[in-house]
Amino acid sequence: MAGLREWAAEFGADFYKCFIKDDRYQLLLSGIGVTIRVSLIAVAIGILIGFLIALCNLSNKKLLRALGGIYTDIIRGTPSVTQLMLIYFVIFAAVGIPKWIIAGIAFGVNSGAYVSEIIRAGILSVDKGQTEAGRSLGLNGQQTMIHIVIPQAVKNIFPALCNEFIVLIKETAIVGYVGLMDIQKAGDFIKSATWNAFMPLFGTAVIYYVLIKLLTIAFKKVEERLRKSEVR
Amino acid sequence: MIKVENLKKHFDKLEVLRGIDEHIAQGEVVVVIGPSGSGKSTFLRCLNLLETVTEGRVCVDDECINDPKVDVNKIRQKMGMVFQQFNLFPHLTIMENITLAPVLLKKMTKEEAKKRGQELLKRVNLAEKADAYPVQLSGGQKQRVAIARALAMDPEIMLFDEPTSALDPEMVGEVLDVMKDLARSGMTMVIVTHEMGFAREVATRVLFMDQGVVMESGTPEEIFGNPQNERTRNFLSKVL
Repeated sequence: MAGLREWAAEFGADFYKCFIKDDRYQLLLSGIGVTIRVSLIAVAIGILIGFLIALCNLSNKKLLRALGGIYTDIIRGTPSVTQLMLIYFVIFAAVGIPKWIIAGIAFGVNSGAYVSEIIRAGILSVDKGQTEAGRSLGLNGQQTMIHIVIPQAVKNIFPALCNEFIVLIKETAIVGYVGLMDIQKAGDFIKSATWNAFMPLFGTAVIYYVLIKLLTIAFKKVEERLRKSEVR
Repeated sequence: MIKVENLKKHFDKLEVLRGIDEHIAQGEVVVVIGPSGSGKSTFLRCLNLLETVTEGRVCVDDECINDPKVDVNKIRQKMGMVFQQFNLFPHLTIMENITLAPVLLKKMTKEEAKKRGQELLKRVNLAEKADAYPVQLSGGQKQRVAIARALAMDPEIMLFDEPTSALDPEMVGEVLDVMKDLARSGMTMVIVTHEMGFAREVATRVLFMDQGVVMESGTPEEIFGNPQNERTRNFLSKVL
């Protein structure tokens, strides 16, 4: 009993030192903001690039297919830290854009390659008869794509897309490499300042976990709505 | 109305259609019969260019649809098509399935399309299913919706690609009834089917296809009662 009380007291003291003292929780809060902002930009750009690359890969023009292939190949073949640093220190070195936007672009460029493969699979998963039905009614290729194929493809690939976005959010934990203070970096900073490894890193883990849990719940809700047409 | 001249279709080395000449006039109900692999579905799909044409011409109302200058989408609006596998859009309600094309192609406003949709659903005896999704319907009901969807574009010609082949036997009748009704209303129809009884009853002309050509063509009485071609006789003896 005495041991437990002692442990609790020490835990409380560590907690105070790491999160309350000197308003250290503020670091983590602003870190959450950075992680969320970087992730949002990355997801938006990832979907955009992913969609374009998927269309390239499905195109009947050789040049577009080659372009899509090269993009996917390079992005998948190099570490995301390297890509992030290249984009930050080389490509955007002399441009006055906020750091978090550049980081978001870098992660979006990375995610696009993976999203493109998911979208390509999704479009191919829609039965050819759907396209034929659309075209036979007089819709052109683009209208058929937008109103018939893509809504069904999105439903099919939604779980895979959610998975990709969750991976992406956790991937942003490397933005510290370009000097951004996200959740991970904030935890790391507190660790250095307090000489305590467990509490700040544990806190970091809990914050990521809760963020992703909330997101998972939201994704579930959206998926239920998407599956509305499957009720029997 | 539809003029087909020397139509040929190859899939790589495989010759599926080996030169078809056919003229389908307004108001005709042409039923295409023949063994599997004879090219009848391919022939039908060439009529609205769902298959590209290798050689020859397909003309609808004096516009040749395989002429690169012609807007195929415009011509397809005049030709409704009904598929063996229904191909309803599963993510849309029955009413949305019917109104999608007319509204998107600016043939009607949303309200007009809905009103027309309701009429069409009544015509195929499915008025109460407007808000259901395709997955909630039986095969026969799906195919009747598919017919209504095609009719919503007010086509001049209706193409049917084995419309009852994927149905349970007890549902074949309800689909054929809708098609008979349509034929009586004067619609020009081209139907690929294995329903010989239906062909005999509804067709104004029957085409017997085999090996990528039209072997014999005539009224149902001629084809079923007194077939001239050896192959036609052979085929009919197996299916009748």
